[in-house]
Amino acid sequence: MSRQQIADPQHLLFEAPRHQSFITGSEAVAEAVKRANVDMAIAYPITPQSESMHLVGELYEQGYIKDFYRAENEFAVMAAIHGASLGGGRVFTATSGPGTLRAMEMFPVWAGARQPIVCAFMCRGVSLPPSIQPENIEMGMLLDTGMLMLHAEDGQDFHDMILKGFVVAEQPDVHLPVGVFVDGFFATHTKDRVMLPPADLKLPPYDPRSAPVPTFDMETPPMRVTRDPLLNKSNFISGSANASWHQEILAAAERSRRHLRKCLGGLLEVQNPGAKIMIVASGTAVSQSREALRLLRAEGMEVGLIKIKSIRPFPEAELAEATDHADLIVVPEFNAGGWLGREVKAALDNNRRVISAPRIFGGMSMPPGLIVETIKGAMGTKKRTAAGV
Amino acid sequence: MNKPIFQISPGFEEIMPPEYRDLVANGPYGKGFGVGDLGAYKELVEEHPLCAGCGLALSIRLALASLPNPEDTVVVGSTGCSSLVFPQVALHNIHSLFGNQNAVASGLKRALKLRFPDKEKDVVVIAGDGATADIGLDMVMQSWFRRERITTIMLDNEAYANTGGQESGMSRQGTVLNMAPTGKKFPKASIPEVAQAAGCAYVAATSPAHPKKLEKAVRRAVLIAREVGPTYIQLLSPCPTNYKFKPHETIPLIKQREKEGTFQNQEYISEEAQRFLDSLEEARKK
Repeated sequence: MSRQQIADPQHLLFEAPRHQSFITGSEAVAEAVKRANVDMAIAYPITPQSESMHLVGELYEQGYIKDFYRAENEFAVMAAIHGASLGGGRVFTATSGPGTLRAMEMFPVWAGARQPIVCAFMCRGVSLPPSIQPENIEMGMLLDTGMLMLHAEDGQDFHDMILKGFVVAEQPDVHLPVGVFVDGFFATHTKDRVMLPPADLKLPPYDPRSAPVPTFDMETPPMRVTRDPLLNKSNFISGSANASWHQEILAAAERSRRHLRKCLGGLLEVQNPGAKIMIVASGTAVSQSREALRLLRAEGMEVGLIKIKSIRPFPEAELAEATDHADLIVVPEFNAGGWLGREVKAALDNNRRVISAPRIFGGMSMPPGLIVETIKGAMGTKKRTAAGV
Repeated sequence: MNKPIFQISPGFEEIMPPEYRDLVANGPYGKGFGVGDLGAYKELVEEHPLCAGCGLALSIRLALASLPNPEDTVVVGSTGCSSLVFPQVALHNIHSLFGNQNAVASGLKRALKLRFPDKEKDVVVIAGDGATADIGLDMVMQSWFRRERITTIMLDNEAYANTGGQESGMSRQGTVLNMAPTGKKFPKASIPEVAQAAGCAYVAATSPAHPKKLEKAVRRAVLIAREVGPTYIQLLSPCPTNYKFKPHETIPLIKQREKEGTFQNQEYISEEAQRFLDSLEEARKK
């Protein structure tokens, strides 16, 4: 292991000269963890996550991480990560599809305990018939767990969002878990150009004293954290205490917007802002949409693209502004449920403009031609409706 | 614990609750008290909300009074009657979910080891029989397989008491309980044997009917967990509410169980743990 210097996050993330590498998404995860000054990582195998946690294990062997082990299942992983974080450690783990659902009970606990845990999710199918193929339905199931959710398009995003995830998660006015999501295989098992900051730099260590909640180490007062069990109180007292705590979690997520804007350069990104037809996408559906844009431009059609980077918090205001002029909004996504389409519809006025399609699931890649067809089909419908046909 | 850290900043004494002031003035941190000192100092557990005669309450009170270093002990609990007590215990304690206690404790112990390499931070799991032997058994056993340096204490009231008296894996065969309308159809699980087979360096089964025995077991378990490996204690803690006996009959009931042979005090010490205990004894003599 080369000796690493502690760097100011601003320098490490934005100023330090980067060098180009040609690596898989799984390798991009390890490159981020290597620079994140992580105390402890815990792993459990599942496809397509395993490769990244093999590499994180190697970081432990090389001395970049202080403790690491293979746990017994994903629920236990997320519970142990929770315990390590309560003890004041900076922690990292990752999982995929069925593992996410196995661990589901823990995610609201992370948010409820105000823990700055960073977890990578390499999304895949979750149900019968069995599938290990890419699909991001699990994201739709995590929308209200209280964690911040970032959706990476490619290896570069994946690397940067994990590293930046620690910085945002640990802000004293945020202090919430951050999930960094990618569409499994497409982004984890393909090689891509990724610009990496110097390997001899790392984030400053996590300081648990900056947390808005006490660390469980018998060194942080008060020794008696609560005076009475909330469960034993009247429904009114217990309800009020729980409600105010949860309001504060929601408020902390709102406060994260400021930090996310700074770190990600915005919760969304717009290409061809003036177009009357806008595609709204996240994850690898953005890459496929870029290709659809190219095909449509070749036919003389101008279409815009909005890449949503932060799913929680969701950029409602930015999205409303970026689509205000649009006549048609198409939301392609990699799941059967259409959760992103629902999010977009809920955020916009006149949401009949929104076509929540195409939806690709079961393991296919998303043919850009299908996005083109969806747009043309919707335009045809619009013309027929306008002509009274 | 850095000693003065729990003390009250000057000027704030009056607004702190009286029991916290009492804790600062007369608490057990760093004093080396044991169960023999009960009544002579401010206990870690404040008045608790459990039922009259609750075996769990007795076990928790005695177990907390037996901790060798309360000032550096973090407790991990689980869902159940005991989780109603822990918010009133003056130790950092974690209750996250039902059954995940040994996984949480594994992560916690390792993180504390990293943060305080030169200080012993004891992590003690205290959870019910449902949490330990049923819903959390895989994580309990896996923590033993991994030889995590933690102590696991099961408060065995032989039922899911907090949810209204349902059968648990620790209920005895034939017992009629909720969800066992015709009586439990299989025997009480033998977790001490499981613990021994799974790698615990020290295993004990006892009860609050024998406070000194309980104290010795807790002290040994915590000390052995520091140096040798995982340890397990099972405390029979009968439930008057769901088993429908009078509150003052809790201790006589345990003694009756001992007499009829349906409960036995047990202790297993691995060879390595025994050598460690011998070395402590040697050092004490010197």
